[in-house]
Amino acid sequence: MSIIKPTRRGLLRTSAVAGAGLAMPTIFTGSASAYMNEPTGSSVTLGFNVPQSGPYADEGADELRAYELAVEHLNGGGDGGMMNTFSSKELKGNGILGKKVEYVTGDTQTKADAARASAKSMIEKDGAIMITGGSSSGVAVAVQALCQEAGIIFMAGLTHSNDTTGKDKKANGFRHFFNSYMSGAALAPVLANAYGKDRKAYHLTADYNWGYTTEEAVRESTEAMGWETVNAVKTPLTQTDFSSYIAPVLQSDADVLVLNHYGGNMINSLTNAVQFGLRDKLVNGKNFEIIVPLYSRLMARGAGENVKGIFGSTNWHWSLQDEGSKAFVKSFGEKYGFPPSQAAHTTYCQTLLYADAAERAGTFNPCGIVEALEGFEFDGLGNGKTLYRAEDHQCFKDVLVVKGKENPTSEFDILEVVEVTPVEQVTYDANIPQMGGPEATLGDCNPGA
Amino acid sequence: MEAIVLQILNGLDKGSAYALIALGLTLIFGTLGVVNFAHGALFMIGAFCAVTLSKILTLSHVVIDATKKDFLGNPLKVEVPYIYDFVGENAGNIIIDWAVPLSILFAIPIMVLIGFIMERGLIKHFYKRPHADQILVTFGLAIVMQEVIKYFYGANPIPTPAPEAFKGSLDFGAMLGFEANSIIYPYWRLVYFSFAAVIIGGVFAFLQFTTFGMVVRAGMADRETVGLLGINIDKRFTIMFGLAAAVAGLAGVMYTPINSPNYHMGMDFLVLSFVVVVVGGMGSLSGAVLAGFLLGILESFASMTAVLETLPGINQIIIYLVAIIVLLTRPRGLMGKAGVMEE
Repeated sequence: MSIIKPTRRGLLRTSAVAGAGLAMPTIFTGSASAYMNEPTGSSVTLGFNVPQSGPYADEGADELRAYELAVEHLNGGGDGGMMNTFSSKELKGNGILGKKVEYVTGDTQTKADAARASAKSMIEKDGAIMITGGSSSGVAVAVQALCQEAGIIFMAGLTHSNDTTGKDKKANGFRHFFNSYMSGAALAPVLANAYGKDRKAYHLTADYNWGYTTEEAVRESTEAMGWETVNAVKTPLTQTDFSSYIAPVLQSDADVLVLNHYGGNMINSLTNAVQFGLRDKLVNGKNFEIIVPLYSRLMARGAGENVKGIFGSTNWHWSLQDEGSKAFVKSFGEKYGFPPSQAAHTTYCQTLLYADAAERAGTFNPCGIVEALEGFEFDGLGNGKTLYRAEDHQCFKDVLVVKGKENPTSEFDILEVVEVTPVEQVTYDANIPQMGGPEATLGDCNPGA
Repeated sequence: MEAIVLQILNGLDKGSAYALIALGLTLIFGTLGVVNFAHGALFMIGAFCAVTLSKILTLSHVVIDATKKDFLGNPLKVEVPYIYDFVGENAGNIIIDWAVPLSILFAIPIMVLIGFIMERGLIKHFYKRPHADQILVTFGLAIVMQEVIKYFYGANPIPTPAPEAFKGSLDFGAMLGFEANSIIYPYWRLVYFSFAAVIIGGVFAFLQFTTFGMVVRAGMADRETVGLLGINIDKRFTIMFGLAAAVAGLAGVMYTPINSPNYHMGMDFLVLSFVVVVVGGMGSLSGAVLAGFLLGILESFASMTAVLETLPGINQIIIYLVAIIVLLTRPRGLMGKAGVMEE
């Protein structure tokens, strides 16, 4: 029987061997893959991070439908949808770079922490090469930052706050959806035309990131054409009955109410405003008007008849008659039985844009994708000629000004397009203060690994 | 001045909803000693009774209209409600228009039944357990109910408008001698307030002037003695649970035209209703009603522009601030009696 006596030398030797052993896997993986989650098999995995529970679950469900449709088209199934109308012809229906597209999904719950956790799990456990989705700016900003650190590309879903591609922009993040600034710039001239240049506006603003940037954008653009902002009140995000916020509007001498609200907030505040007879009111000899800067058809349904005649803006609408929109509505409508929402449209586009960028770059390396998308000009995806601007990774395209339809013919026929605002009118300098000024930078692309 | 009158009116209808929910909560707490966190969900289920009835009334069969096209260019499928086939188009439209008030009749048996099932099937087993257990199980039940509703009706709010006759608003200012259009108040909110007053009055009358009510009140004060007198108090308390569920449900039915209902609406009211019960005094019915209206009105005032300019953010904390002040000065709540719920 022998007793092993621990010696200093022995200890050093064992730790050296153990240390080398532990370091081994990272040394190997480090040299084997040039970037995070490099696909080595015959398939590539995308991560769809959408709200599957919580108040935006219906929008999330529509985003997921669009993602599934996009994956089907990328893999050569279905009728190909907008792949046929897309100006870039790299996508052949054989997956991406010859690899079959697979996907995993996560539930953001419309909460930043839950969204980060599900994105992290899809990246680390499922090996997702790209994360996309979201139906809230708070979530988009949080997940974008996570993807930047992880070395993964983030293709934002429905997020409208300026900050996503402004103050909080990141090299690995891209947004196809429009933003608050564009809504303001597109709406202002239409409003001046319809309601005149001498108006007094009262803002009710949802008390979070998106609400602030939307209020700022609409204020700046309407004030620039002569409107006066009488008051701007922040309302808690959890508010359901807005009557006590509507009442002071009646007392003020404002003749326009701007509701910087989205989702349930928008439905309730608009319903309350109409109930309190605001739209039948005459102030300063003018008809009182209500404006909803960002419209979502899915949400507008909840407000029922109250949306009739109310102006707002939207990224895309199924009634558009260009070839891309028609192709998308057809393949989506035939698969699911109803027209797609703007959330579905932007997520479908983002998936194709990513796939196309990978094809053109010839790699899934995030830095290659970034290079391929920066300054990329395309057409045929439903919004006319579009540019993915290199300075802030924001898409620049025409913006739709819409109005609640007076005589809807079906439950989907809620909004009508009043004007397609040309892209020149909504283009801005990347360094304007609303976008975080010159201090906000993209940083460098991060390939991870 | 007009602003103050308007905010009082606003507070009254908000207070009506708080009072109706808190009334049921405190009734359950007073009789059964259970802290029912699923009470907000009962309010929500009530609202969805209205949604369900209007869905049933508009249940349709499809007629293909070849002259019109749908969004894909196929012949338009027009949905014709079955009710047109039974009573004709005009009468059918009137019935559909009055779906929300009709839902009151539809909701009462459903809510009472749900109340019975909840009490007999689940809550009964938790009478002897600590309050923490009761809170956990009823909160869990509330989440289950929410998810069931979301599964069937989706997450988006569903518009359920008031009958055409109650659309529009009343020019209250002109009636009181103020400038025209200065105080405008929607008709349906007046209906809601009156409805709440009738229900609250009815519950009080029931407890005050019937033998059944007398026994229940006796049971609330001293359950053991009433039991020793040979009265089956448990059975009566079960009926009270059904009644409380019906009150919450009716509050929900009538609330649907004010805000489109969604699966989450119960939770929005639940926490506030608990504060209302605590401020009013645990187990005190009149306290719950008083505190409901008081907090409703205070909440309205706190979101006035003038108030917000001097005290920014006060609108979000006013209710809790009042709750703290009341509990510091009157630890039993506004109308709580000594000895109640203090063992």
